[in-house]
Amino acid sequence: MKIIVNGRPREVTSASLEALLGELSFKNKSVATAVNGAFVPRTARATVVLREGDSLEVLVPMQGG
Amino acid sequence: MNLYGVDLTARLLLGTAQYPSPAILAEAVRVSETQVVTVCLRREAAGERQGEAFWSLIRSLGVRVLPNTAGCHSVAEAVTTAQMAREVFGTPWIKLEVIGENDTLCPDVFGLVEAARILTEEGFAVFPYTTEDLVVAERLLAAGCRVLMPWGAPIGTARGLNNPYGLRSLRAHFPDVPLIVDAGLGLPSQAARAMELGYDAVLLNTAVAKAGDPVAMARAFGQAVAAGRQAYEADPMEPRDMAAPSTPVLGKAVLG
Repeated sequence: MKIIVNGRPREVTSASLEALLGELSFKNKSVATAVNGAFVPRTARATVVLREGDSLEVLVPMQGG
Repeated sequence: MNLYGVDLTARLLLGTAQYPSPAILAEAVRVSETQVVTVCLRREAAGERQGEAFWSLIRSLGVRVLPNTAGCHSVAEAVTTAQMAREVFGTPWIKLEVIGENDTLCPDVFGLVEAARILTEEGFAVFPYTTEDLVVAERLLAAGCRVLMPWGAPIGTARGLNNPYGLRSLRAHFPDVPLIVDAGLGLPSQAARAMELGYDAVLLNTAVAKAGDPVAMARAFGQAVAAGRQAYEADPMEPRDMAAPSTPVLGKAVLG
C-alpha cells in the first residue's frame, strides 16, 4: 500500500506501525511517531494499523533553540 | 532558581542549533556553565544517524534538556510535537512555541494559552515563549504555567530588550513567578541588562552559535548573566539628574 512517510510517498507492506518502523529501518533509533497528525506512543505501535493514504511522521532528536 | 521543582544554579539556558560543529557546541555548553539546553524533533531519512549522534552528544554533556515546539503554527501541531518530545527526550518539560506571524516569529498568544492549558492538563511542565503582555501572562498562569518566557526581541534578531518598560512591568506584576527572557539577545550586555531588571534567567541560541568564536561568546554570556544577577541582588542605586561628588567635600584645602 502507498502511505506518506515524512512527507514523501512510500510503498510499504507492513500493516502495524511497529513492523513498519522495522521495514523502514527506524527500528533501533530514538524516534517518536505520529499518524495523521496524532501522536502514537511507543507502547501503542504494535496495535496501530496503517491504511492506504495514511500520513506517518517519524521524528528524531535534533538541534533546537 | 527553581523551575518546576528543579533547583538550578546557572541562569543561562542555551540553544543547541546552528553551531559550526558538534565539538564547538559541546565546548560552548561546557564553558557557558549552563545546566539546561534546548532541543527539538525533526524528520530524518531512515538511513541517517545524525539525530542519534546529536542525542548521544547531548546526553554526554550532563545537562537537562528543554525540548521545544519550534515552527509550530497551530495548537494541534504544538500539542502533538510536545507529546512526541516527551517520549523521546524523557522529560515533561516543554518550551512551548505557537508562532503567529512569520516575519517576526511573534507568538500566537491565543493559541499559546490554549496549548498551555491542554499540555498542563496532560502533565507537562510548560515553558511558554510569549510576549511581555501582562494579560497574556495572567492567562498563561491561569492555564497552569509556572514559568513565563517573554521575548526580548524577535528570535534571531540580536536587538536586545525591545521593551524594557514592558519587561520591568512584567517583573513587578509577577514577583514570585520565574521569568526568563527568551530570544532576541545579541550581546552579553543585553543579557546582563535582563538580569539587572530582576529576570531569573535568559535563554539564547543564535548570539552564541553565530558569533565568530561561539565558545568565547558562550563564556562571555555565562559571565554576563552571573554578573547581572549579582548586580540585581546587590540592590543598585537609583539614577539621578544632578551630579553628586563622590570624593568628600569636607576637609578640602583652600588653595586659591
